[in-house]
Amino acid sequence: MGPAIETRALKKVYPAPPVRRRGPRGPQMAPGGPPTPSASPGAREIQALDGLDLSVQPGEFFGLLGPNGAGKTTTIGVLTTRVRPTSGTAAVAGIDVVHDPVGVKQRIGVVPQRPNPDRQLTAIQNLLFHAAYFGIPRAVSLPRAQALLDQLEIGDRGEAKVEQLSGGQQQRLMIARALIHEPEILFLDEPTVGLDPQARLALWEILRSLHQQGRTIIMTTHYMEEADRLCERLAIIDRGKLLALDTPAGLKARAPGGTLIQITLDGEASQALSAAESVPGVTKAGAKGAELSMYAERAGETLPAILRAVEQAGRAPLDIRFTPPSLETLFVSLTGRKLE
Amino acid sequence: MSPSPWKVFGALVRRDVHVVSRELPFFLLRTTLQPIMFTFVFGYLLPRMGFVQRGYTGALLPGVLGVSLAFASVQAVALPMVADFGWTLEIEDRLLAPVPTWVIALEKVIAGTVQGVIAALFVLPVARLIMGPIVGLDFAHFGVVVGMTLLGAFTFSAFGLLLGTAIRGEQIGLMFGLIVAPMIFFGCAYYPWKALSAAPVVQALVLVNPLVYVSEGMRGALTPSLPHMNLAVAAGALVLLSAIFMAVGLRTFDRRAVS
Repeated sequence: MGPAIETRALKKVYPAPPVRRRGPRGPQMAPGGPPTPSASPGAREIQALDGLDLSVQPGEFFGLLGPNGAGKTTTIGVLTTRVRPTSGTAAVAGIDVVHDPVGVKQRIGVVPQRPNPDRQLTAIQNLLFHAAYFGIPRAVSLPRAQALLDQLEIGDRGEAKVEQLSGGQQQRLMIARALIHEPEILFLDEPTVGLDPQARLALWEILRSLHQQGRTIIMTTHYMEEADRLCERLAIIDRGKLLALDTPAGLKARAPGGTLIQITLDGEASQALSAAESVPGVTKAGAKGAELSMYAERAGETLPAILRAVEQAGRAPLDIRFTPPSLETLFVSLTGRKLE
Repeated sequence: MSPSPWKVFGALVRRDVHVVSRELPFFLLRTTLQPIMFTFVFGYLLPRMGFVQRGYTGALLPGVLGVSLAFASVQAVALPMVADFGWTLEIEDRLLAPVPTWVIALEKVIAGTVQGVIAALFVLPVARLIMGPIVGLDFAHFGVVVGMTLLGAFTFSAFGLLLGTAIRGEQIGLMFGLIVAPMIFFGCAYYPWKALSAAPVVQALVLVNPLVYVSEGMRGALTPSLPHMNLAVAAGALVLLSAIFMAVGLRTFDRRAVS
């Protein structure tokens, strides 16, 4: 079986937004498009994807990690046939998204960044009509819809109007909608944005169980913890380019400088800086106020020598903290930008 | 296997029937109140005051029906579409259906056509009630009436598809102020096109207005004994205009659906 998702040298360039001379600015974002910068006479075309190569295996839980404007939503847009690539190719379940969008749509489920239920319908009608758009008769879709609502713990909200649902419930309804036609591949675009921590944890559980059922899941996020906990492999992208691709553990191991050690001293830390820098194993050190911070590949082995050096410099440690290599530290080193 | 486009089309129709039937009273109120009020002033008050001749109602009724079905068709398609593509993004669940996007656009136009026809069917008895007996009203050519009504509603639904996909959310007010309102005033709805010979320049200019052909077509169908444009010319113009609106509207729809 071939890859579930494959993109080759995928590029997307959005034309320069039209110049507006007057009038209030309304919603300018094309569905699936990147955030459009405010129009100014000098606004130029936007390169949302710049030669992206990705390959996702069937059954994989794959994450696209990057800051806002990195090209995550555009990638999902191309793969879900809603954004036309400027060049390059993209295939879903072996089907080219440009040549056979209908075949692709038949095989995918999409959970949008912002819940967009059909507000004229009740929760369960949203599922039944969506199933009907896929040619599924009501006799099949009705029990399936109720089972999905139950599974997503909104089984008692089926007859509710959409606006009576909370944000978390609407997001779960979107997941149910994306699953009603039993797609092979599930796309989720920032599914937990705007959810409270409890709803986010509940959603993680749902996604894990969907993955255990064997579904291919592609999720975008800019929350590192989410990417770390859920995804089997992660692609870090920024400015439309792939920067790194590995398992979360593999990526973290590539974070530069090892573990961050931060020591709060009983006085000005700059006095102890040169002593700390000279300790073997310390790769990088800095001082700010009473805070001495440094990176070490083997923090546990290096710490006694650091503490001795600090004491020789006439300072005593009050507090010590370790931060293991993280996706954040990797991301900052790759892009020079913070993730959130 | 993908379902057949017509099966999906049927599901889209069922969705719209479900939603529209619930909203129908509000829809009719919104789209027909203006022509009904016009009917009351020009078809009831002014004739009683003696400002217009009694025979005017014969020219007015077909025009009022034309305005009703045109206005209802345009609104039925354009308003939800501006919102759908602008901020609610609700149409996305249909854009994910395994059919080419033109199927979704076509369904919207057909649903708009039906709503336009319903609006005309609603206004006809109301207008007749307000205006009293109408000289020249003749249902002998019933097939022509049905044909003109369908053709007019389809043309304006297609126009609604074009407006709804070409216009951004913040321009809705502009659309009604600059496009729909002049269209109604210069649509020969409240006066026959032949009578415009009193102002030949206006008579020529209004020919770009699709509503002229709906009003005149309705006149030819409903009051054939009164002055009206040649039916074949009116029908031909509507066929041509609807083809243009559909061709351009499907393109703009596709551009909004797939960016």
